[in-house]
Amino acid sequence: MKPRNKLAIALGAGAAFALAAASPAMAVKRGGVLNIVVGSKIPSYDGHRETTFGMIHPIRPFYSLLIRVNPDNPQSTSDFQCDVCDNWKTSDDGKTITFKIRENVKFHDGTPLTADDVVATYQKLIFPPKGIASSRKAFYGMVDKVEKTGKYEMVFKLKYATGGFIPALATPFNFVYSKKDLDTHGYKWHQKNINGTGAFTFVQHQPGAFVEGKRYANYHLKGEDGKPKPYLDGYKAISAPKMAVRLQAIRGDRAQIEFRAFPPKARDDLKKALGDKITVQESDWNCVMGFSANQKLKKFQDVRIRQALTLAMDRWGGSKYLSQIAIVKTVGGMVFPNHKLAATKAELQKMIGYSSDLKASQEKAKKLLADAGVSGMTVELLNRAVDQPYKVVGTWMLGQWKKVGLVPNQIVLPTGPWYAKFRKKKDQETMIDFNCQGVVNPLIDASKWQSADIATNNRGNYIDRQMDKWYDQMNRTGDEAEAASIMRKYEQRGLDEKAHFAVNFWWYKINPHRSYVKGWNIAPSHYLNQSLDQVWLDK
Amino acid sequence: MFKYTIKRVLLMVPTLFGAAVLVFFLLRLIPGDVCELRMSGEGGFVDDEAIRICQEDLGLNDSKIVQFGTFIYGFMVFDLGESMWTGKAITHELNLRFKLSLQVAIMASLISIVIAIPLGTISAIRQDTWLDYAVRTFSIAGIAIPSFWLGIMIILGLLISTQAWFGEPWMPPIEYVSPFEDPVSNMVQLIWPSIATGYRYSAVATRMTRSALLEVLREDYVRTARAKGLLEKIIINRHALKNSMLPVVTVIGIEFAFLMGGLVVTEQVFNLNGVGKLFVESVQNHDFNMTQALVMLVALIFIVTNFVVDIFYAWLDPRIRYS
Repeated sequence: MKPRNKLAIALGAGAAFALAAASPAMAVKRGGVLNIVVGSKIPSYDGHRETTFGMIHPIRPFYSLLIRVNPDNPQSTSDFQCDVCDNWKTSDDGKTITFKIRENVKFHDGTPLTADDVVATYQKLIFPPKGIASSRKAFYGMVDKVEKTGKYEMVFKLKYATGGFIPALATPFNFVYSKKDLDTHGYKWHQKNINGTGAFTFVQHQPGAFVEGKRYANYHLKGEDGKPKPYLDGYKAISAPKMAVRLQAIRGDRAQIEFRAFPPKARDDLKKALGDKITVQESDWNCVMGFSANQKLKKFQDVRIRQALTLAMDRWGGSKYLSQIAIVKTVGGMVFPNHKLAATKAELQKMIGYSSDLKASQEKAKKLLADAGVSGMTVELLNRAVDQPYKVVGTWMLGQWKKVGLVPNQIVLPTGPWYAKFRKKKDQETMIDFNCQGVVNPLIDASKWQSADIATNNRGNYIDRQMDKWYDQMNRTGDEAEAASIMRKYEQRGLDEKAHFAVNFWWYKINPHRSYVKGWNIAPSHYLNQSLDQVWLDK
Repeated sequence: MFKYTIKRVLLMVPTLFGAAVLVFFLLRLIPGDVCELRMSGEGGFVDDEAIRICQEDLGLNDSKIVQFGTFIYGFMVFDLGESMWTGKAITHELNLRFKLSLQVAIMASLISIVIAIPLGTISAIRQDTWLDYAVRTFSIAGIAIPSFWLGIMIILGLLISTQAWFGEPWMPPIEYVSPFEDPVSNMVQLIWPSIATGYRYSAVATRMTRSALLEVLREDYVRTARAKGLLEKIIINRHALKNSMLPVVTVIGIEFAFLMGGLVVTEQVFNLNGVGKLFVESVQNHDFNMTQALVMLVALIFIVTNFVVDIFYAWLDPRIRYS
């Protein structure tokens, strides 16, 4: 296999880390209805437009993707499998990827799926018509064209080879739509209507109450028993905004699982109450929590001050204690922990803020502040009014800054005003900053730390052309080793030399569920592995 | 009476208009908008163009006057518009929730009446006895205990006790089923929030019944009735109770109106898909259309309920005549 082809797969690769439940050795059982509780309200049904898990959890089972993360091995960051495709090939130069589409796929209205539908879907995603929103269009900046080359064959032609393309295709929001529906009803039809090729057909949606789906008899994937999946007769995604209600629902067996996460105490309470009737799956989560200082303000334009802020953080100690009360755990850099491109512990410890000698770090922070003439400076931290993990980590951060002589203050705002403050006004001093993504794709995930005029989620409001240059090189290189080397430089500059951003912890996902729910394996993102075609009930 | 009725109906118009102005402008003072929340709610990559398209689709870039005009016109022609969060018709969203909230309000009010009037009466008749003290303690506890806390305790109590007794924890259903579809499931779900809420409201009504009855029992005509040798039971039921009901009717009426949209926390605790929960969600999501519609609906309910209570007064007390 040529190096570029290897990279196309390998750059999504990484060592898996999980406490995923082992695949059951027992035979699957068919039947039953799975009740899921979902903590957010569905906006529209259009996966191409929406960004919330509140849509993915109830709606994803109605749709298929072109490729997806292997639901039996979702912890792997390189194990992608075909969904509506049969196979794919990458050209030697890595710029042409040809997909063969399965010939046995039908939409729920009976229309056969062909390459036309997949091409139309990706045209909508990557080159949406004027006035049509596509929230992840920027993931596909490398795509030049999407074309049909046969009734069941299509190609993506890329401007340059990059290992970020295949993982981007597996984004769980990339629902495959029917071209007939797009042509007949327009590009907004899917906001209020559902016609997919997923394992379940839409039954009803009671607003604010639940979404119901039932087994699709003509689903294109077969199960372990040789018969078409899914194993379940149906599912119900029940709306339950309060965490206490979701927890009680699982305890009282009104629901069997919740796909986002619970904090450690909730897991412990469930385990204590139900013992082995509850199975717990845990995993690192593809969400990073840190903070950024607003470099639009003169106060934070001095790199010494930014470095002092990050030096003050006791990351290793914080991980140990905060992981007992919050959904954070692993200390890491810019890349998902244990991914091939992630920094090792030794590499992390070469950067400021990651030393295990906390006292030395704190003394250095104090010295930097003194040299900058700002000892005893007040610092305002803008935070989001959500407990897990924002307020927990924010409150911990205040304590860390106090230890180096700063006078911190936290402003906690509800989500709407919080967004308005840093997106429109941009007058915050420092802020809790986070980056949650779906498929682990470091090349997409790391785009956040480009300059503010390129990355719309850059909260530090800085311009750093060296970062932009390295990001571009990393994105375009076909060589894994080169990409890793550039990532180290990118990370070192962003977290250390210029301290544009500080990573505190990676989130940690805890999913307790009823033990008779089998076949679902925890993924490193709450957006992934929601097709439910592989889930069955052992009762 | 007819003129009074017409006057009250006409007074609804400026009251509702005032509520409309207030809610419209207050909502727009809060920073943030529904499109930002939808498109950047998870901290990942934000597509500014997607947000802009969303804002244009929803008319958020129109001038405030245009937006207000659209809102008022829609309300006048009974077109509440579409939810900014889901894009679905507000009437469709309200339909199921209104039924549930109405049922809980009726059940809670009935429980409140069933508890309050007998207990309040007993407490007044047996003033300063242990029975009176017990009832007063019970009613003070009802005022002091938040209904949402009581709700949480009920659910936890059910989970823990059923696990202890039957080996498997049980909790009420978390999905609403219409009473016409499955009355048993419906009752099993809604009896608990109705008790939690009804107890709280019965406390106020109990105290009111007791005070009002004590005052009436000291009236001259009651002394005359006793002097005539009437049985105490007849004096209470035929003479005293009816006259003491005026303030109780007011309290129950206002509480009913509040129950229709005010059970925000109780609905969260029991996961009831009611108007209160919808209120919270639409405010959190900056869904202006939905929030405005809900405020107007609740305002209308309050106005109508107060009007009905006033008419009921006239029936209860023939001396009352409105001019």
